[in-house]
Order: sequence, then structure tokens, then C-alpha cells
Amino acid sequence: MSYTEELKRLIKRVEATRMARVERKRRGEEYPMLSLAEREERLRKYHPDFVEGARREIRVGPNKGYAISPEIADLLESRSRIDPDKVDLSRIDYETDVLILGGGGAGTSAALVAQEQGAKVILATKLRHGDANTMMAEGGIQAASKGTKDSPYFHYLDIMGGGHFKNVPELVRTLVMEAPRVLGWLEDLGCMFSKFEDGRLKTLHGGGTCRKRMHYAADITGAEIMRTLRDEARNRAEDITVLEFVPAVELILNERGHCAGALLYNLETEEYLVVKAKAVVIATGGSGRLHIQGFMTTNHYGATGDGLILGYRVGVKVCFLHTVQYHPTGAVFPEQAEGLLITEKFRGAGANILNIDGEQFVYEREPRDVESACFIRECTEVGKGVPTPTGKFGVWLDSPMIDILRGAGTVEKEFPGKHILFKRYGIDISKEPMLVYPTLHYQNGGLEITAECETTVPGLYVSGEVSGGVHGENRLMGNSLLDVTVFGRIAGKNAAVYAREKAEDAPLTLDHVKRHHKEIEEAGIETGQISPMLLPDYSNPEVRKKQLTAHYQGTIR
Amino acid sequence: MESGKKENERSGHSEMVPIFVMGKRYDVPASLTIQKAMEYAGYQWIRGCGCRGGICGACATVYRFPESYKIEVGLACQTVVQPNMYITQIPFFPAVKKTYDLEKLTPTLETLVKLYPETLRCLQCNVCTKSCPMDIQVMDYMAAAMRGDIERVAELSFSCVMCGLCTSRCPAEICQYNIAILARRLYGKYMTPKAEHLQAVIEEITKGRYDSMMTELMETDEERLKKLYTEREIEPEEADEMWTPKDTSRL
Repeated sequence: MSYTEELKRLIKRVEATRMARVERKRRGEEYPMLSLAEREERLRKYHPDFVEGARREIRVGPNKGYAISPEIADLLESRSRIDPDKVDLSRIDYETDVLILGGGGAGTSAALVAQEQGAKVILATKLRHGDANTMMAEGGIQAASKGTKDSPYFHYLDIMGGGHFKNVPELVRTLVMEAPRVLGWLEDLGCMFSKFEDGRLKTLHGGGTCRKRMHYAADITGAEIMRTLRDEARNRAEDITVLEFVPAVELILNERGHCAGALLYNLETEEYLVVKAKAVVIATGGSGRLHIQGFMTTNHYGATGDGLILGYRVGVKVCFLHTVQYHPTGAVFPEQAEGLLITEKFRGAGANILNIDGEQFVYEREPRDVESACFIRECTEVGKGVPTPTGKFGVWLDSPMIDILRGAGTVEKEFPGKHILFKRYGIDISKEPMLVYPTLHYQNGGLEITAECETTVPGLYVSGEVSGGVHGENRLMGNSLLDVTVFGRIAGKNAAVYAREKAEDAPLTLDHVKRHHKEIEEAGIETGQISPMLLPDYSNPEVRKKQLTAHYQGTIR
Repeated sequence: MESGKKENERSGHSEMVPIFVMGKRYDVPASLTIQKAMEYAGYQWIRGCGCRGGICGACATVYRFPESYKIEVGLACQTVVQPNMYITQIPFFPAVKKTYDLEKLTPTLETLVKLYPETLRCLQCNVCTKSCPMDIQVMDYMAAAMRGDIERVAELSFSCVMCGLCTSRCPAEICQYNIAILARRLYGKYMTPKAEHLQAVIEEITKGRYDSMMTELMETDEERLKKLYTEREIEPEEADEMWTPKDTSRL
């Protein structure tokens, strides 16, 4: 569906101001950035985290009393999918050194490094190996790789500023110091980063960066990294066994209180499988598919926050879940593309953000939460949003500026993914702007970890989006691909070393699930909901009403 | 969920069209993608659903119209339904993937042919290109592969989502996308010059150059950290590769 006549008429207003804005860019004049105080004011008034009902207190478990989004709190307070008394833990289906839950960037990085430590690895994943948010990351991966202008010092400062100075310093230090090394590792695995002829990596700005340190592979950086990591994992099939379509539904402990495996669920045969492991890594990713506050999302189908539930039930605390990241530029037109991520790299490459009159109202590279709050303000209080045919509002992202600023053909070359996507709907984004609005993007917080990816449960390691602390209260662009590769590797290494040197065998148990159920009952929680959710429910409720003999456990049978 | 239900409710008001999912008829709103239309019909995706955003390749779909002999292809999450389309999902088409140690390979024709000898069976029939939902010139990169032009294979296949549609239709039974990723990895590792600036920084990190700077930052209180943050020098957007900051003391 190409633009409607009404939208085409409004695009004329964007075109009318375009050349003057391009000239300003060429002179190096930017729309003024907000001060820290102004940022704070915009966030408090317009960011979804601060609206009425955005948070409620958790009533059970190690974070009792901590207020987070109700959608996640509900799942943390839900019953298990299984009755722990009915599971026979003496019938072991698989046994391994390291069990990794999750087949995205963090899980696959962990598998590779654990294997290099000599461990036998099982990687269990809910969908296909590699079908994860990592695959969808577009814009890039940060690293201070250019010593003549940048260093981990500035990367650290940017991250702290983006995260409202609340980030866990030790985690940030690890992230920025490991960043160049991880980039080198990926280059060595054959990732095709965008480079100059002499091998120098191309770099751009992202929101909240003081130096251009966003490295990229066109606009499919995550896909390039993910398919490379997956290919490499498949090359090591003798040591890395990949189980697909088998999400984890509970962790298994041993009687010493150490993590000793997980209970998996075969989505197709509906069997539950016991995996005994010497160490476990949770790398299950985020929770965008919970559609917090009813927002559309950029997230992968499987992003239902499962790892949070598993970790919380064995007693690992959560942190930073009181904030949620909304990416400023999600597509709102055409309807078929609704919620899809429009990479921040468009703004990094110079595209302005404009209201219905074609006026700029915000610097295009504020940190994401601030940028989102400014879009929401423009569409609500200011009243200058662009109405869509489905009754929503958006603002313009003026991508055609990029071809004018950087040469004809740049958009098609640098943004092939988005160019072809919009072309399918009859829109040429090198000539017409895109209509965007904030979309649910990232789980800023998660399970508490140390910089070694350890948790309070021996033998249990956590990495990637399911963990919290690295990004504080707001993540900057390009730091999630970095997070999954840096901490995935650390988790994989430490889990393998633990398996080899420290793991102690003891009988397996699911007593923590019984304790959790008892706690729910004592708190008087009777929602009937179960978790982890595993898959979101998009099937037609009218059809479900007629499935008379189907027995749903949560969203799936 | 809520938003998913709303999507269904909202689209419920639009015009309805018949589609045939593996032969069975369902009437669905005309504005939906194949993926959302099948959910509307009552299907729940397990296999065949991935990113819902056109990048992971999990939802490869073939379809055909009643009066046409032509097999059409698309990603279910991206393709809007059309009246009377006959739809079939083909997740996980069987395909060969050879295992290798990239460290021991050379970026040559011999490498490609040794691992994937069927490369040379390519008939240049162009069915692969016609079946690519990403508009990749698959036949052209296979021609490049047969010449040993690994750089060209890498360039032409760069946007590949590895959905397997090309492989499902190849009469020579070639798995093009696995040959392509081998070529891209060979190209990325061996045929583009290494980023020397990256190696230099890694050496400095290893030698401990930034350790004291990190300690300084970690010991700084929030107020001073905010000051350092606000005062940090911003690289101008239009600056070229030669730009250097005025203050070089923390480099």
C-alpha cells in the first residue's frame, strides 16, 4: 500500500522545507540538544514509564515490593506450566557439561566459547536456531576502535549518560573494555562489516554518542552477526548439539542448591524433557512480545521474557525492570509494517525528524527514551502529529535527505533491508519520507549478574537482554549486539570452567517450584495464569472458542 | 496479545477475501499479511514464524492462483493476501550444510568445489532468482561461484535471509544459501584487509593503557560524572575520518 493521497499532500510540506534543512546540515548547524534538566522534564511528562499504572509492586519472590510493569509482574507471580510432583527427574533425556537456553547472539556466543574451553554443549532454543532479536538488530555495534579520536573512556561516559548514571559500573567497564576485542573476534569469524578499501571500519554516530563508533554491516548488522555465529556453531556440531523448538519451562537444581539442568518442552510432540547439566546459561533474550501498555513492538515472535521467570523462581533477583525501552522510530505506515524497527542509523546518517508542517522539533540523536518522549509530546500536547489511515499518529523521518547529503543511491546501498521492505508496499524511501512512532523495543533490565555473568545460584550464568544492569535505565543504540557478544562469551567461558572445576553432583530437584507455588497461594494470588508464556497469543479468539477439546496451558496447548 | 487481538478486531472491519491454506478455504481480511491472515483463520505459528519483520527467513511461503501455472513465493510476514491464493508453508526445507574449519580454508574456487561439488551442477536456469523473496540475483552469484569469484558471491548474496526457497526449487539440488554464507565468511575473513586500527586498540587494552582511566571513572561520583558527560566533546556529524578531538588526554 503506497501513501494515500492525503499523506502525499502532507509530504509536499516536508519537501518544501527539505533543501533549507539540508543546507543547515551542510553548514554543520544542528537543532539544539536538550540539557540534562530538559531531558528529565520531557521524560517525566511524556515517557510511557511514567504514566499512571505503568508500574506495580511484585508480591512474591526475592524482589517483593519492587514496582515494575504489570505485564512482567503478572508472569513472575504465575504458576509453573508443570506440576513438580509429576516430573520424574530420574529419567534423564540428555546429559551435558554446559546447557545453554536460547539460540540468539548471547547463547550462540556462549556455546562457541564454552566449546573452546573443552565443554560438551547443548544449546536449546524455543524456535529455530538464530531466530531471535539479535537477527533483527539493524543499526550497528559500538566499540571504541579508533584510538586517534575515541577510547573506552568516552564509550563508558556515553553509556552512563544514556542510562541516567544508574548503570552498574563494573558491567559497563567490562562492556567497553571488551568491545574492540569482540569486534576483532567477529571480523576473524568472517563477518562482513562495512569497510573502507584499506580495511578501516566505517563508523557512524548513534543517539547519545560523542564519537562515531557505530560499526555496521549495511542495515542488517544483527543478521550478519547472527548468521555468522550460527554457521560457526554448526561447524562444531560434534561438540555443540542444537535442540530447536524446545523452550525451557523450569530450571532444575540439585540438592546442594546448585543449578543442574532444565526441563524442556517439545513444542511439537508436547513432551517434557529432562536435561542434566553441570552448568547452565540463561540467554533467552527479552520480553517485547508482552506488548507492554499495548504498544506495538519491534521484537521477535519468541520474546516473551521466559528467562526472567526461570531465574526468578530459583531465587535470582531482577533489576532495572522499572524502565522499558521504546524505540523512537517504529513504522506506523503501511499497516502491514506496523511496529517494525526503522534503524536509528537513518538519523545517524542525517535524516531529520519532522512534524505535520515539515518542521523540525527535536534533535534527531537524543538518547532513545528522550527522543521517544519528544515524539509523543509532539503528537499529543503539541498536536502536530501526522494522522495515519488507521487512526494513529506519527512523525516524519526524512530519509530522502540522506541521498542529497551523501550522494544518490546511498539509501539503497546503506539500507538495503528497509529499502526492499518499503518497496514491497510501493514506497521508495530514498524519495519519500517514512512515518514513524515509538515502538516497544528493549527490556532494559533483567536478572542480576556480576561482570563474570554469575548469579547468586552456583552453576547458573546469565547473559544478554535477559540480564540487567549494563544499560542502566536506558540502552544506547549499538550496545545490545555488543552486550550479547561480550557477555555471551564471558558466560560461556565461565560456565565451562565451572563445569570442569567446580560442579558437584547431587540428586536433582524441583523443590523451588513447590516453594514458589506455596508463596503464590500464601499471597492469595489466583489469576490462573501460568508462565513462562513461551509464545504470544495472536490466534483468533473466535476460533479458540470453538476448539472444544483443546486444553490450553497459557497461550499454547 | 492485546495489540494482536486489536489487530484482528480492527482488520475485521475491512473487506474479506478467500484464501486457501494447504487446500482449505478461509475468509480473511484483505489488508492482512499471510502470517496475520493465518492467525486470523485460527492457526498458531510454531515452525514458520520467526522475526515477523522480514529478516530471519523462517516463514518462507509458496503460493499459486487457480488459473495460473506459476508458483509464486514470499515471506509470510511480508506478503499481503490476495483473493484465492493457494498457500503452502515450507519451513526447514532439507539442505546440505558442510562443516569446516574456516581457519584452514583458502578463499578459492577449489575450496567451494571441494565442500560443495554440486556447485558445478548449476544449470543457470534462473529458477533460484525467480524464487528469491529478497530479490537477490541468485543465479548470478552461482555463476560467480562457478568462476571462483568469491567477492562477487559475497556482494550479491549479502541480503540473503537463508529462507531456503531457492534450494527448494533448484533442479540441480544445490543449496545456494549455504554456499553463499561460506563465500561471505571467506570474503570477510581473507579478502578484505584487516582493520588495523582495531588491532592497535586491542593491543593497547591488553597492555593496560585504559585501566587507570576506567578506575578514575568508576570512582567518580554521580555529580562529577554528569559534568564530564555534559562537557564531553562531540564529534561533528559532518566530520571526516581525519577528525581528532581537541582534548586528547583520555585517548
